[in-house]
Amino acid sequence: MMDEPSLWAIFINASLVNNFVLAYFLGICPFLGVSSKRETAFRMGIAVTFVMLISSMAAYGIRALLMAAGAPYLQLISFIAVIASTVQLVEMFVKKFSPTLFRALGIFLPLITTNCAILGVALFQSNRQYSFIQSFVFALGAGVGFTLALVLMAGLREKLELSETPDLVKGATITLVLAGLLSVCFMGFAGLFG
Amino acid sequence: MSGKEPGSSVGGIESGIAGADPGVVSPLRIYAVVLSVGVLCSLAIVATYEWTRPIIAENRIAQRRRAILDVVPQADSIQAFAFDEEQQSFRPVPENSDDGGLVFAGFDDSGDLVGLALAARAMGYQDSIELLYGYDPASESVVGIRVLESRETPGLGDRIETDEDFLDNFKRLDVRLADDGRSLMHEITFVKPGEKTEAWQIDGITGATISSRAVAEMLRESTNTWLPRVQSSVDKLRLETGGGSA
Amino acid sequence: MTTQRNDPVPVNDFVDGVLKRNPVFVQLLGMCPVLAVSNTARNALAMGLATGFVLLMSNLVVSLLRRWVPTQVRIVTFILIIATFVTIVDYAIQAISLDLHKALGAFISLIVVNCLILGRAEAFASRQPPSRSILDALGMGTGFTIALLSLGAVRELLGSGSLFGVRVLGESFQEWTIMMLPPGGFFVLAAWLLAINAWNSRSFRPPTVKEAV
Repeated sequence: MMDEPSLWAIFINASLVNNFVLAYFLGICPFLGVSSKRETAFRMGIAVTFVMLISSMAAYGIRALLMAAGAPYLQLISFIAVIASTVQLVEMFVKKFSPTLFRALGIFLPLITTNCAILGVALFQSNRQYSFIQSFVFALGAGVGFTLALVLMAGLREKLELSETPDLVKGATITLVLAGLLSVCFMGFAGLFG
Repeated sequence: MSGKEPGSSVGGIESGIAGADPGVVSPLRIYAVVLSVGVLCSLAIVATYEWTRPIIAENRIAQRRRAILDVVPQADSIQAFAFDEEQQSFRPVPENSDDGGLVFAGFDDSGDLVGLALAARAMGYQDSIELLYGYDPASESVVGIRVLESRETPGLGDRIETDEDFLDNFKRLDVRLADDGRSLMHEITFVKPGEKTEAWQIDGITGATISSRAVAEMLRESTNTWLPRVQSSVDKLRLETGGGSA
Repeated sequence: MTTQRNDPVPVNDFVDGVLKRNPVFVQLLGMCPVLAVSNTARNALAMGLATGFVLLMSNLVVSLLRRWVPTQVRIVTFILIIATFVTIVDYAIQAISLDLHKALGAFISLIVVNCLILGRAEAFASRQPPSRSILDALGMGTGFTIALLSLGAVRELLGSGSLFGVRVLGESFQEWTIMMLPPGGFFVLAAWLLAINAWNSRSFRPPTVKEAV
């Protein structure tokens, strides 16, 4: 009875309309922590997108297996185990085959394990019962949206360093206000596919 | 990757964080610990699942029954029916059945059909909206809606659940069938707020256009498909003896 | 702060978590649920209690197992334990109220990746006896719940003029819809941080973003 959402709609929805950081508040820790320089923010974004794609694929397979085995209650525990090991595998793989990339991403990879956005992708795609292709596009959209939010935020904060702010609001407070304003801006994307 | 990976890979994360004495531990013991923790955790989860499953299933049925009684308030008992595509007819099913396309028929205490509740679902502003609508076969009209699931914006989109003027649309929505009985005489149409002139039109909500249009769209689609089926077998919808009662 | 931690009086483990090292307002930990589920006081309270329960149970188990778990697999073991309790809470909430479960949505499952819980398991429970770990969890859980509740109450009051679903502001009050929406979460948290900084601007320094990582 329900229309299948098109791939394009899923992508726009995940990256802009329901941006993971600014609408769902997933991945706030790296958003506030690693977003002071555009360069690092971008690299972090790429690393997260990469892990999202891989763990989303893995989560799709696991869900299919668990459904076949009739054990949906093990979903959460296996998702988190898969994400932790995916991060490890990616780290080893990158280290072996591209030391340059490893140096660029290196310190961010372990941090990603506790990034709720990754688990969020896995959980949302299984709640919404996306197909394999839909899951892939969804993960890609979520990653692009995450990177976008991070880079935009970093740009704002680079400017902020040059401006005078009262001592009381320095640090987290002003960052949160900026994030709020950015979130207001992103609300403008809502209804893009109505 | 070789079988040694799980243990050593986890060590990678570890080394940077843990401050305690890293001492030499045999791989065997590492496996034993992880394995036994894993097994114990799974057992705990399975136990909880088995324990809560009947309660949760009961909650689900109770929740749906409340919604059905909201849109078919005169009903004293409820019977679920599933539609058989091949036979083009309805057959009674248990109320806890998980079949997607269910129709719920409400009967009064003398066993007469007093109304039906049907489910509809569509993509709203943020996520999918699911609702139940009441249908009165005697007057051939929709008599009420009840939103089951929606994550529409609080204060804006969620007015589809609370806005009195909007909900008034569904108190007597004309969905009469055409003479051939295969389609609606007038499809449900969505109009701008305040422009409703006909009994088959739905007035939108200012500031919640997308959400209110989604409701109109899903009703249009659902009524187009289901009402011809329902109306053609309305006298065959009978209360099963021993069926669910409210 | 260092002297506080080694203080033999265990009650400090509790008080510290609520006030001086409040996980949300001071340490900026576990922000995802804080911002996402704090749009009404009821949701905030439920989320705070659920997180507190998971924190308490995982701290207790981790502390009991602290001598048995080899360093190399600590994080994985902790995550497994936390995920187990989160799954249990998930089913328990569904059994108590489906409406509540719907309101909290996927954020119950996401308690797993709440940095607060893994952080306490790693930094405190894996080094301390069960008694102190329980006190620590109770303190942190209470601090977390209070923080969530203070956000939820403000957002619900301004966003819909009610508190715990009961209308408290007059009919003439024009709701600030933005407070119920995502941006409201950022703004209200910023306002609380500002108020707290202003309150004790001399007793300790404002939290820096670095600590959030």
